[in-house]
Amino acid sequence: MSITVAPHSTRPLRQAGAVVEKVVRRFGDRVVLDHLDLTIADEELVVLLGPSGCGKSTLLRLLAGLDRPDGGRVEVPAKRAIVFQADRLLPWQRVLRNVTLGLHGPDADQRALDVLAEVGLSGREKAWPKELSGGEAQRVSLARALVSEPELVLLDEPFAALDAITRLRMHDLVRALRSRHHAAMLLVTHDVDEAIALADRVVVMSDGRIGTSHLVELSAPDREASIAREELRSALLEDLGLANQH
Amino acid sequence: MTEVSLDRRAVGSAAAETPSAPGREVFLPRDARRQTLLRALRERLRWPLGIYTTPVVILIAWEVLARAGVLKKTYAPAPTSIVKSAIDLWQQGVLGPDLAISLQRAGIGLAIGLTVGIVTGVVGGLLRSGEYLFNGVVQILNTIPLLAVLPLMIVWFGIDELTKVLLISFGAGVPMYVNLFAAIRGVDQRLIEMTRTTGAGTWRLVTRVLVPGALPGFLVGLRFSLAYSVLGLVAAETVNADKGLGFLITQGQTYLQTGQVFVGLVIYSLLGLLADQFVRFLERVLLRWRPSYEAA
Repeated sequence: MSITVAPHSTRPLRQAGAVVEKVVRRFGDRVVLDHLDLTIADEELVVLLGPSGCGKSTLLRLLAGLDRPDGGRVEVPAKRAIVFQADRLLPWQRVLRNVTLGLHGPDADQRALDVLAEVGLSGREKAWPKELSGGEAQRVSLARALVSEPELVLLDEPFAALDAITRLRMHDLVRALRSRHHAAMLLVTHDVDEAIALADRVVVMSDGRIGTSHLVELSAPDREASIAREELRSALLEDLGLANQH
Repeated sequence: MTEVSLDRRAVGSAAAETPSAPGREVFLPRDARRQTLLRALRERLRWPLGIYTTPVVILIAWEVLARAGVLKKTYAPAPTSIVKSAIDLWQQGVLGPDLAISLQRAGIGLAIGLTVGIVTGVVGGLLRSGEYLFNGVVQILNTIPLLAVLPLMIVWFGIDELTKVLLISFGAGVPMYVNLFAAIRGVDQRLIEMTRTTGAGTWRLVTRVLVPGALPGFLVGLRFSLAYSVLGLVAAETVNADKGLGFLITQGQTYLQTGQVFVGLVIYSLLGLLADQFVRFLERVLLRWRPSYEAA
């Protein structure tokens, strides 16, 4: 593979979606991230798994640029987008204007309409956010994230507030969107089944670091039901310290 | 003891309402409810009058009492005679110019007060330095009663138009600043954070998030501003005026023309009603996104 190195660059171009090196983040005396390392490859979907309060969201906020590390280094693409746990739609703007919030240019509306069609919401662009169901609202926020063609998409427990059926539909949607949008993704969740359904790689956080990392190379049907899936599931549960309870 | 009272309640409700078991509620389509005579009457009464039911009832009672001679003419003349004296005053060429000069004062005062209130409110709300510049002063001014400023204004600016206009702008500007400032600062922090992550610039943040988010508070401020400006108008015109509605009222008081006093009061209240309807209209148009409580 030949890499054209930019003349001003002193280091080889990274093909990574995001690089986190020895990052430290403290809140008072409490060290939440303790020299954490994580690399997300281009177009890779990494699921970050961990019990609540372990620092998953802290790491995500660092990657988003919403927070600064106390030590170490975070390198992310400038074009990145976040899907929050709550939809965070502007209630006073219609769906279309919510999606075009960060967009400029004459084709902004058309691009937003295209992405809304991708998430299955064509014809709903004139609706107010209050008129949408929880699943629809979260799909709008997914569209808002994807419309800028980001190189890194950060998803902070995006489906946690949805019901089980809607959540499964959203998983299908994410898989379909990945084939069209070539972005690296980091999905934070505490749902082991969600991790298995979506991930290229599952990393488990413990003690402020990435504890274990599991590559998931399963076909779509195997992710639903297979021996490999069950093995992965028990491995993940063991990593989370829940092995005895299942 | 408890059992007895429970029993009685159950029997009572069963007899009065549907034959449902105690502790149960039955929901049926609205059409299925029987159209009783009472309900039909209530629907009919509600339709033409709406919120004006009570004022109209009071007016009719007032008219009847005045005609029956219970209320003396100098105490409270009948509504019809108030209308008559309004027409008389208009035909004498008194009411028209007085109303015009009052509206002019209110208009100029409101324009100055709202402009200053909105500009300082937006700057104070958006910028930390703006807050430091304006907030302390306005919060102090906010605690000073409008009417207490009047003597000072007369000393400073005389008894001319300037005092009246400034009093009205003071009344309009301060509540506008206070409400607008609070509204901008009250916009959900999570939405602001989200907006920044979409790559939207400061202009987008202001126009699509902060301004529309602060609109409900702005309209509350506008309501107070309009109400206080009418208050300021009354106060300014009652003291040292030779034209305007307040003058009309003072004159009526001096010559015991109670009808004339009432004409002034009615016009003030109409101005207040008009202002309220205006803000309601703005709310309907600007806050369409917000489904609000519809009383039954």
